[in-house]
Amino acid sequence: MRRVRIGLGLASIFAASFAAAQSGDSSRHSGYQDMGPALQKMQDDDSANPGMLFVQAGEALWNQRTGAANKACADCHRAAAATMKGVAVRYPAIPPGTAKPVDLEGRINLCRTANQKAEPLAGESRELLALTAYLARQSRGLPIAPPDDPRLGPFREQGAELYKRRQGQLNLACATCHDANAGKKLAGVTIPQAHPDGYPVYRLEWQSLGSLKRRLRNCLVGIRAEAYAYDAPEYVLLELYLMDRAKGMKLEAPGVRP
Amino acid sequence: MRRVGLLVVVLALLAPAVRAQDELRSFMIVRDSIPESLTGTPGDATRGRAIVANRSVGLCLLCHSGPIPEERFQGNLAPSLAGAGARWSEGQLRLRIVDAARLNADTIMPPYYRLDHLHRVARLFSEKPILSAEQVEDVVAYLATLKE
Repeated sequence: MRRVRIGLGLASIFAASFAAAQSGDSSRHSGYQDMGPALQKMQDDDSANPGMLFVQAGEALWNQRTGAANKACADCHRAAAATMKGVAVRYPAIPPGTAKPVDLEGRINLCRTANQKAEPLAGESRELLALTAYLARQSRGLPIAPPDDPRLGPFREQGAELYKRRQGQLNLACATCHDANAGKKLAGVTIPQAHPDGYPVYRLEWQSLGSLKRRLRNCLVGIRAEAYAYDAPEYVLLELYLMDRAKGMKLEAPGVRP
Repeated sequence: MRRVGLLVVVLALLAPAVRAQDELRSFMIVRDSIPESLTGTPGDATRGRAIVANRSVGLCLLCHSGPIPEERFQGNLAPSLAGAGARWSEGQLRLRIVDAARLNADTIMPPYYRLDHLHRVARLFSEKPILSAEQVEDVVAYLATLKE
């Protein structure tokens, strides 16, 4: 009898580890699950989620002609609900004809300059956040699915290295808090696992929607490190690693966070 | 008197930039402690308590809890400071604050009085330790009073 029980125990352990291997890591969870019910409700209810205002503004921009080519996104891409579904969960990616990965914001700006013949939108500008939020919204609920592009491997490894590198006067790495100590309290705040599954995110602390880049800068300032320049490649490398780490988790954008 | 003050200012401006690395006081580590005060004098426990409680100076309560009831929202990443003075001698406390990585390379505890082997420190904080030698001594003096 005891032997049967051990056998069953082992079988369930194998089953659990197989499931974990399938979905990445079964202990992974979104920052959403660390929030109180009021904030969860705010994210879930489109009429209460402040990020949806940006999504609406993004929809207007999608249909608005601009640039020397006088083209709107919609002139080529048609209905975003059909053509942009599944795009945000793939980025960062290497656009055709290039060799380096770009994030979703970077991809939008490539399209603007190459096809609309328009100026790139400034990082963290209302317009760029709105378009990004609109695109991300088309993938809400889809599993994060980094592209199977072998060229991304070395970049992703660089991102992993950055994530594990101690820096700043406080000499902390992302991994120090978000891997080794996630779930514990930093002052009164639960340290999240740092999944990029809600971006762009409406953060109450910001009273605004913001990008993952902005969030990463907040952490760098917190550990008293020199934040990378806004156009630095490090953010894309980190995002590549984080998206791979969150592979299979559902995109919540536009998320709400404290 | 005013002239003396002016002279000091002029001398300070003329003095060659002293490398911050050299500005740290030297200290000697004996086993797992720094037995001697960094300043040569004992710290002030009252000032030390204020440093520990201050979230942008000592930063201690972000990770530790401690017997400072007026500060809510204390961290739990690290052991409680309560009883630290019973668990450790002043010298042991001093080394753990100055550079805990000397005892455990993987520690989460920031090096409060070290300038080397740090990377990409923000300009505002570069070449400065987190706490001055005087502040380290004040914190040691305060923690030493936490006997239970």
